[in-house]
Amino acid sequence: MKVAVVVFPGSNCDRDMHHVLSDVFKLKTELVWHTDEFPKNIDAIVLPGGFSYGDRLRAGVIAAHSPVISEVKKMAEKGIPILGVCNGFQILVEAGLLPGALLKNTSLTFMCKWTEIIVKNNKTPFTNKLKLNQRIPIAIANGEGRYYADKETLRSLKKNNQIVFTYGEEVNGASLDIAGICNKQGNVVGMMPHPERSAESIINPKNSKPASLIFESLLNTLGVVQ
Amino acid sequence: MSLTPQEHAFLEKKIGRKPSPVELQIVAAEWSEHCSYKSSKKHLKLLPREGSRVISGLGYDSGVLDVGDDYVVTVHIESHNHPSAVEPYGGAATGVGGVIRDILSVGTRPIAILDGLRFGDIEKDSHARWLFKNAVRGIADYGNCLGIPTIGGEIEFDKCFTNYALVDVAAIGFGKKEKLIKNRADKDDFVVLIGGSTGRDGIGGSQFASDKLESENRSAVQIPDPFIEKLVIEAILEARDQHCIKAMKDLGGGGLSCAISEIADALSVGIEMDVARIHKREASMSPTELMISESQERMLVITDRQKLPILKKICEKFRVPYSVIGKVKEDRMMQVRVETNTIANLPSSVIVNAPLLDRPASKPKYLKKIEEIKKPNTPNDLTGTLLQMLTNPNIASKIWVYGQYDHEVGIRTVVKPGYDASVLRLDNGKFLSVKIDGNSKQCYINPRQGAIGCFEEACRNVVCTGATPIGMVDHLQFGNPEDPEIFWTFKESLEGISEFAKYLEIPCVGGKVSFYNETDNGPIKPTPLIGVLGLIDKKPLLTQKIANNNILVIVGETKDELGGSEYYEYIHDIIGGTSPIVDMKSAKLNQQIILELINQGLVNSAHDCSKGGLAVAVSELCITNDMGCVVSIDKIPGQKLKPDEILFSESHSRYLLVIDPKNSDKIKSLLKQKNVSYAFIGKFSGSNIIFRNKTKTIANLRVDKARDKWLNSLESLVTHG
Repeated sequence: MKVAVVVFPGSNCDRDMHHVLSDVFKLKTELVWHTDEFPKNIDAIVLPGGFSYGDRLRAGVIAAHSPVISEVKKMAEKGIPILGVCNGFQILVEAGLLPGALLKNTSLTFMCKWTEIIVKNNKTPFTNKLKLNQRIPIAIANGEGRYYADKETLRSLKKNNQIVFTYGEEVNGASLDIAGICNKQGNVVGMMPHPERSAESIINPKNSKPASLIFESLLNTLGVVQ
Repeated sequence: MSLTPQEHAFLEKKIGRKPSPVELQIVAAEWSEHCSYKSSKKHLKLLPREGSRVISGLGYDSGVLDVGDDYVVTVHIESHNHPSAVEPYGGAATGVGGVIRDILSVGTRPIAILDGLRFGDIEKDSHARWLFKNAVRGIADYGNCLGIPTIGGEIEFDKCFTNYALVDVAAIGFGKKEKLIKNRADKDDFVVLIGGSTGRDGIGGSQFASDKLESENRSAVQIPDPFIEKLVIEAILEARDQHCIKAMKDLGGGGLSCAISEIADALSVGIEMDVARIHKREASMSPTELMISESQERMLVITDRQKLPILKKICEKFRVPYSVIGKVKEDRMMQVRVETNTIANLPSSVIVNAPLLDRPASKPKYLKKIEEIKKPNTPNDLTGTLLQMLTNPNIASKIWVYGQYDHEVGIRTVVKPGYDASVLRLDNGKFLSVKIDGNSKQCYINPRQGAIGCFEEACRNVVCTGATPIGMVDHLQFGNPEDPEIFWTFKESLEGISEFAKYLEIPCVGGKVSFYNETDNGPIKPTPLIGVLGLIDKKPLLTQKIANNNILVIVGETKDELGGSEYYEYIHDIIGGTSPIVDMKSAKLNQQIILELINQGLVNSAHDCSKGGLAVAVSELCITNDMGCVVSIDKIPGQKLKPDEILFSESHSRYLLVIDPKNSDKIKSLLKQKNVSYAFIGKFSGSNIIFRNKTKTIANLRVDKARDKWLNSLESLVTHG
């Protein structure tokens, strides 16, 4: 079993994600530079957080045109689990793998704090060990984290069970309080909060167990026996 | 700005001829106060530099501390005051960038940023608010983009900073000892300039910073580009891993002039370079501009013939521009060419050794009467006074600031901002606790004791997390050193810091001196800033939620020391009185006993008493735990004082401990055994913060009301003016 964490110029949560996947959850994990090819037999892909290309033009928009993205798209079609966190989510949206857009927070400032998200779809490769409506204490850190989609898209997200996480409180003015969504097939998940910052008890001031279930869900999906 | 006539003569004598115009500019940049420390260098020898954990290397721009298991922690502190006062966003942002590169230059990855910010009275002064808002945004945008967490700091507002700003940034690095750059160079090695292009920003920045702030010299302010800095960091660390770096230096004040001359001098070699090879932003730049530009995000690397192609490849991977600008020679000369035409050729030792000065010092006249004040009457409504104190921007929660900083990235932040000190986990299972502290109000009233007080406060904060102090950095900020009275305050502060460092055996591993912090309104108050690093071998003290019936213990004595206190200045508008004095013996003893209690697992949480005194410290505990407390002030050890003095005195060496009743006896006997001043002064319960003097209630404040003021007043001030 092998997970690839894609590194773009300006990614800055890549090493954190690598640490959690490999050291905490013992998954074979490789950092893959955005112009390199994926190693063979990749079982899951993570696009980590950060400021790819310094957020120039618009968060995630330049990275969405990186050579690696066409491969990511192929993998997505094959049904391989793909997780985009924070800037990774923004990239997935800009690449057209997920619908909607991420706008500036209503506070108009960068926002770093601990909050709770609620599981709304526990059928995805990253949520299948969580209970429906389970609350996850989790860290958020972004300037452009307000999920936005038009009414029609929101309706179809609801209809197709594509809303994966919502915020447990008003955080940034997101449509329907959306914190994370998935594609129709459910294998591509994007979320603004940072599970990799929240899955270890030493750094999660509340409870790290629920966030660690996001990673255990992936292990479960990949059939790793713990 | 150029050289003084004396310096000019000194230079001519040294080189035996008249310097060329370019040479003159190179020397002027390096001999500026900012780069040469010509006023302070003789005195800085006082600071103890040695320690069992200290690793010193040739030409290191950061302090290096051995934290065991073949790992090191690095630290550096710098300020960016003049630029931030002119252009707060870019000034503060490039302040972050500069200190980060110092950490990088020794071969360690930057893992944390702390910042100390000072502005005028933001309640009344809209310009101060503008400076504050934009400096915070500058730090946030830069640090967040780099993915280096800003984990803490401190903020002070005082009228002496009107139309000015102090922006201090400390950075922490971490890495393997074996990967530290050794800094050596051999003949024919290549000198490579890596990073952002050289432009016309920051021209003469170091000289700009070596004079009083008169005109808004915008071309002296650098332009930030955190994205390039991030790429430079990753490229340099990859080059380090592939052993491509024999020596390295970041480009800061004085640009190439200083970087080239300083590295050549430190490594006892010569360097010849060609300005035509520099990758630049503007084609028409003159050789002088190229040599003294302080454009950001640039590193100087020395590599050999064999590794040069690998280094180039790494830069190309990250698309970081670079240029091979020169070569190492044996003759210890810094030779600058434009293609084949030599425009400067000076011994590097002459460039880096500015003639040092013996500045006269005399005790300021204002200090003669500063302690003679008419004490204020005790307010009738101490509850109202306490609420006012919690609203004071110097005391109110700084969540509006640190909420804009990514303080979690890197997943090391175990104790988050907003507590006494921030704690990072290290890869060897240990923890690093860090805090910076300053207090211009107390340093104004007593420059020596004020400085020691900042040092002790930073130690206390670190101790409250269960860490033993292992090193310190200092940043000494004053007005014009040519004024003997100002120079006296500098010397006093430095002597105090050195004395305390020696007494506690905490080595000074880095620092900076910043003079000329003044505007037409006059000089700033003396503002030394001290950063302390502490190490925790096993587990940090993670503040536990306070439970009903937990007991409040005070360790240390409360004295008539309200000079420079927030109470005198904010509530009564009194500048004067007796400022707190650190009794070194009890400072040390109290640190030891607090650490012992924490290590024995007897303490639920520890909090230091500082700005705002006991009343504010107790309120903060209650607010953050949503729990009331009844405190008997008559039990507090120390001098006989009026109730308001007990509540708001800022005496040092005091700690508040929250303990479980079941540990009471054990704690009492340990404290008695060590002969420490202490008292059990209160009990947590209910939803009010209550202070009693014997049977009389002197203040009674609802926790939710206190919380609302403390938590929100800074944000509402900044957003609604």
